[in-house]
Amino acid sequence: MGDISGFHFQIVAALIFSIGALGVLLRRNMIVMFMSIELMLNAANLSLVSFSRELGNDQGQILAFMVMVVAAVEVAVGLAIIISLVRNRDTVNIEDTSQLKW
Amino acid sequence: MTGHENAALRWIPLLPLVAAALSGLWLVFARRELPRAAVIALACGAPIASFAISVVQVFQLATALPADARYYTDNLYTWISAGDFHAELAFLLDPLSAVMVLVVTGVGSLIHIYAVGYMDDDHREDHGFQRFFAYLNLFTFSMLMLVLGDNLLVMFVGWEGVGVCSYLLIGFWYLESANAAAGMKAFVVNRIGDFGFLLGIFLLFWAFAAAGVPTIEFREMAANVGLVAGQTLAVPDWLSFVPGYPSVPLLTLACLCLFVGACGKSAQIPLYVWLPDAMAGPTPVSALIHAATMVTAGVYMVCRMSFAFSLSPGAQATVAWTGALTAFFAATIGLAQNDIKKVLAYSTVSQLGYMFMAAGVAAYSAAIFHVMTHAFFKALLFLGAGSVILGMHHEQDITRMGGLRRRMPVTWLTFLVGVIAIAGVPPFAGFFSKDEILLAANLAHDIPGHHTLWLIGLATAFLTAFYMFRLYYLVFTGHSRADHHTQDHIHESGKWVLVPLVVLAVLSLIGGFFGLPDAYGELVGVQESNSLHHFLQPVVNAPAHEIDHATEFRLAALITAIGLAGIALATLLYYWRKDLVAGIVSALGPLYALVRDKYRIDELYDLVIVRPLGAISRGILARGVDQGLIDGVGVNGTASFVRATADGALKYLQTGFAQSYLLAMVLGGALLVAWLVRGA
Amino acid sequence: MRAALFWIFSTAAVGSALGVVGSLRSPINSALSLVVSMLALAGLYILLEAQFVGLIQVMVYAGAIVVLFLFVIMLLNLRGSGAAGAENQPIAKALGALVAVAGTLWLARTLAASRAPWPDVEASFGTTQAIGEALYTDYVLSVQVAGVLLLAGIVAAVVLAKKKID
Repeated sequence: MGDISGFHFQIVAALIFSIGALGVLLRRNMIVMFMSIELMLNAANLSLVSFSRELGNDQGQILAFMVMVVAAVEVAVGLAIIISLVRNRDTVNIEDTSQLKW
Repeated sequence: MTGHENAALRWIPLLPLVAAALSGLWLVFARRELPRAAVIALACGAPIASFAISVVQVFQLATALPADARYYTDNLYTWISAGDFHAELAFLLDPLSAVMVLVVTGVGSLIHIYAVGYMDDDHREDHGFQRFFAYLNLFTFSMLMLVLGDNLLVMFVGWEGVGVCSYLLIGFWYLESANAAAGMKAFVVNRIGDFGFLLGIFLLFWAFAAAGVPTIEFREMAANVGLVAGQTLAVPDWLSFVPGYPSVPLLTLACLCLFVGACGKSAQIPLYVWLPDAMAGPTPVSALIHAATMVTAGVYMVCRMSFAFSLSPGAQATVAWTGALTAFFAATIGLAQNDIKKVLAYSTVSQLGYMFMAAGVAAYSAAIFHVMTHAFFKALLFLGAGSVILGMHHEQDITRMGGLRRRMPVTWLTFLVGVIAIAGVPPFAGFFSKDEILLAANLAHDIPGHHTLWLIGLATAFLTAFYMFRLYYLVFTGHSRADHHTQDHIHESGKWVLVPLVVLAVLSLIGGFFGLPDAYGELVGVQESNSLHHFLQPVVNAPAHEIDHATEFRLAALITAIGLAGIALATLLYYWRKDLVAGIVSALGPLYALVRDKYRIDELYDLVIVRPLGAISRGILARGVDQGLIDGVGVNGTASFVRATADGALKYLQTGFAQSYLLAMVLGGALLVAWLVRGA
Repeated sequence: MRAALFWIFSTAAVGSALGVVGSLRSPINSALSLVVSMLALAGLYILLEAQFVGLIQVMVYAGAIVVLFLFVIMLLNLRGSGAAGAENQPIAKALGALVAVAGTLWLARTLAASRAPWPDVEASFGTTQAIGEALYTDYVLSVQVAGVLLLAGIVAAVVLAKKKID
């Protein structure tokens, strides 16, 4: 495939992962933070599938599938939590949920 | 060692222990008393049984074994075993401990019986009766451990045990704080002496171990003492004033330390101050512990260690002079006391001084002889005083007594016997023992100033006769000076009290014949009549003094004359011309007040020792170390440090912001991955 | 041809990822960027011969998860979020950015060696049949566990989102 190798896919995955990490750390809107987490998971999946192709082994794809299953569950539960949190505090700003401060 | 084992020895101390344990534990768990008869049977039965066993064993010892191998041992088990060193829990019955055992159990049994009558007077609801006898039996056990122990450790166990029991019994009526304070004083002063005793034990062990024989068993030490005789200890330069600098003989130092212990236990200068205060305890306690047995433990210990003292002339001189000075000093105080028990207490201190004087001039068998006769007549005097106190309804001031002769005849007669005995009038017991001591002092050319010692002894004998007869006359003769209410109730005591008095009176009369000097015996054709001396000879190894009989009789006559002179003076001042006393007292003025206040030694100790120590304890140790250092820095300081760390630094980790936690996770994860990938 | 597809899809993925994170207006914008990113990633999977995974990516991620996000956004009636007010913890943000960039560059350096050409794989590599066979034979336990996990997730979501526990 031209001069595209596994290396390029890894760079893309790393970039998307970093962007997701930055989003988690820097954004204060809970929903957007959660979306950033999904981005990170996707980046990991990309990396897995890329290695799977590079090594000719389908185990990477199976693991990526499992990651997707877990991500789906996680989103469901996480959003349910966010719903009840927002209902209680009427804010979607993560900095308003700092009751566990010393 | 075969042929010398005797398993009966252990029962001598064990029976009183069992009795004490039964009475004591019963009180602890059942919280009420046993029926009186049971208590009496247990409490008196044990020492009497011990006495019976002792008599049998001593008789067997004296007849079945040859004089040069006259000992029995009973080994219970090996207590300490460390390399070459072994210390067993074992007992030794040889002539020296045989005499002590018979005195302790014999006189002890009589006093137990007396105490039944004495303490019965006190029907208090605090289980005092059973508790008293539990303590008394425990004391008997400890004392027997002390005299029967075959090594210094077992002796020390008994030594401490009698100290504890003394404390318990002196402060028996503990609801009065003065009694409790007296008990405390006795124990603390004793402990000071015990410190010296322990140092002595350590030094001796060190010496013997350095010579290759690590032991503290008496027979082994005696056999090997030649090996340690030459050992010395280097004296540091800042102690250059110590005689013998630059080195002191180790054995002498050890003996001096042991003697400090003896001073504490046997009330010699400067550790005698507890004995007069100890009169706060019930009279049987004063008789048993502070007259007949515990206070003689120091004398026994010195005699037991005679093999070491004989090789330490410095220690011997110290013992002799301390004894003589104490004897005289205490006698002077006794002249001016008005409490019947205090007079007897100072008399005890004085007589103990005689015993140490004897031990110091290497007349060990004379010292033990005096221990024995003193036990007889001093116990008799104390028990008689107790009878008087009971009859006078707990009055102890002799200036308020008088004329008891008619109302308490048995007490009067037995007390008179005791007083004559202590004054040293032949043929009563006290004469022979005192005579032998003074004779030994006269002939002891090795001790510096021995002639002065002899003179001090004579002067003390004069004073003893005087103040004892003063006591006698004031209590028993003349008209009663008590108030009418007390006078009406004066009565003779019951038979539990009187029978022991009579037995002791008989012993005070005939007890001297155990040690009848050979000179007298030969007058009536009896060879070697000084049976006690010959009996003890192999153990204490004192040579018989070489003196011709004529000189011996002359000196004896001198002592008797001095004794009679003292009696005469007392009779003059307190019987015929009672008016003279007041004039003499006012002429002496402040001197008399000083003597009566026991030279204010207690006040001196209080000022110089007790108060500074108390101030240090309160100010430095309690406030400074305990509150400041341990509580403040240690406990509170640690807590504040933890608090400061948590409050100042650690809590800022918990911001409550999810994002800072996430940051931490990301950073940590990144570091972890980097570490793993790098192959660290 | 494939190289071109790769560059198109990867640019779309990274760009929309930036859009998810950086869109300061409504969260709806972020959600829609997320969809684009998911679809671009699906394309990349197909390029990697992972047909099954790519399919599932579209069905589950783009088709269910993002839709769920949109449902929640609309349920909660969220208007603009924006970056109202000063941002807290500027140090943390700077640090995070630094880590992200450094991590990527370091990864690039580490992986610089692996530019080897891909091995040839059989035609059934990554097909539904192949993955399905592997799942239900070698990894059947994982499948069962995943099923239980899904069940737990359903129950949890229902319970957590209820307004009141009667």
